[in-house]
Amino acid sequence: MEVRTEQEDDVLVTTVNGRIDSATVSEFQHLMERAITDDIRRVIVDFENLSYINSAGLRAVLVITKNLWTRNAKLALHSLQPSIQEVFSIAGFDKIIQVCADKAEALDATQEK
Amino acid sequence: MTEPRKILVVDDEPDLERLMLQRMRREIRRGKFHFTFAGNGIEALAALNKDPEIEMVLSDINMPEMDGLTLLEQIPKVDPNIRSVIVSAYGDMKNIRTAMNRGAFDFVTKPLDFDDLRVTIDRTLRHLEMLREALQSRDKLVALENELSVGRAMQQAILPTSFPESQTYQVFANMEPARDVGGDFFDILHLPDDRIGLSIADVSGKGVPAALFMMSSRTLLKGAAVGRTSPSEVLQEVNDLLNENNETSMFVTLFFAIFDPASGMLTFANAGHNPPLIIHADGSHTQFGTTAGVALGVVPGIEYTQQQIRLQSGDMAVFYTDGVTEAENEDQEQFGLEQLTTLFSESAPTSAKEANHAVFRAVEAFSGNAPQFDDITCLTLYRSG
Repeated sequence: MEVRTEQEDDVLVTTVNGRIDSATVSEFQHLMERAITDDIRRVIVDFENLSYINSAGLRAVLVITKNLWTRNAKLALHSLQPSIQEVFSIAGFDKIIQVCADKAEALDATQEK
Repeated sequence: MTEPRKILVVDDEPDLERLMLQRMRREIRRGKFHFTFAGNGIEALAALNKDPEIEMVLSDINMPEMDGLTLLEQIPKVDPNIRSVIVSAYGDMKNIRTAMNRGAFDFVTKPLDFDDLRVTIDRTLRHLEMLREALQSRDKLVALENELSVGRAMQQAILPTSFPESQTYQVFANMEPARDVGGDFFDILHLPDDRIGLSIADVSGKGVPAALFMMSSRTLLKGAAVGRTSPSEVLQEVNDLLNENNETSMFVTLFFAIFDPASGMLTFANAGHNPPLIIHADGSHTQFGTTAGVALGVVPGIEYTQQQIRLQSGDMAVFYTDGVTEAENEDQEQFGLEQLTTLFSESAPTSAKEANHAVFRAVEAFSGNAPQFDDITCLTLYRSG
């Protein structure tokens, strides 16, 4: 698993490659939390090259999202593989976390209205 | 011969002692249980101090001098290893919740159903045995593995070990634990009017925290289900309760269904769980419960969709966790839903147990020597007539 992050003003653009499973979930959460500094208002996560996520991974995404909510910051995921999309939609996570088709849509979805 | 397991019964109703001794006479005669009685919390604490071999307390809530909820707070000061089961009024969620928060292991409702009570006592005592075993092996294991084994023991102990069976239907279920992670459980509830409540669930997380979350999910579900008849309302209530103080952001995907054997009707609601299947007598299948709400414990205030489907004679409902469909082989390919649906296309199963075993055999054959990443759970309901 690999997490790449890049900050553009108050937007954190991240790309996750590989698998988020029991072996990698702590590292994923740690890398994300370290990159999400207080000045970040929007987090965009590219899951195109994510091949697997288990329930511990969903929980990590939930923790990160809820922490952002507490200070009115936003998160959107985009470009999910169909199998990953299915994991999110079966658990109903797509009803509470923004899941977008591509980066442009994700940027738009997290835009402060 | 092993010593009888000692249980303290606390109730201000004097008739209960006679009734308990009468209804449990077989277990007492066989030396399985030994009962001690107390009329209120004060007497109960005195009895516990006097006899340190008492392992379990069965207590009423409303009693003079010291009530059951206060007693619950005091018991750990005598011995933290004693497990308590509360006797509550039917559907009294407020007291059940308080009791759970104060460390009650389980509850039973009034009027007492002695078959249900036997199952609950067995489950509680089994939990204590497994906990002791796990703790005894502490020296041999590193801390994390020990924590996992304690979590495992708690998980195993809450699973039902006997399954309802009648002329018209059968239920069977099994859970194959993964080596280190996973939090699957299932439960079978006997509801009024011979209806059966069926649940299958997958808790995120591992070890003792996940096991505790699992226990509260299971107990809250049981509490909500005995007080309500609508699965969607049951899930809504459990979700709101789990969200009340969920600092850990743990969640549980759970499918809850109520089966009415008289009509064959299955009424259900889905909180983020894999949609189950019906395998028909001709080998064809139907997936149901695909309209899933959010998993329980994620956010409060979720409303769940409730639907119904009628099981025909010869229909088999197959409930499963993602441990089945996401089981991997050595090439990291997944077992998948399709393999599960085609498993019975040649010959439809004729018993719940047979179907259940067939699922586990197929997953095992597929996985080969690949490691098992997640718990594998399957619950089958067969309508024979």
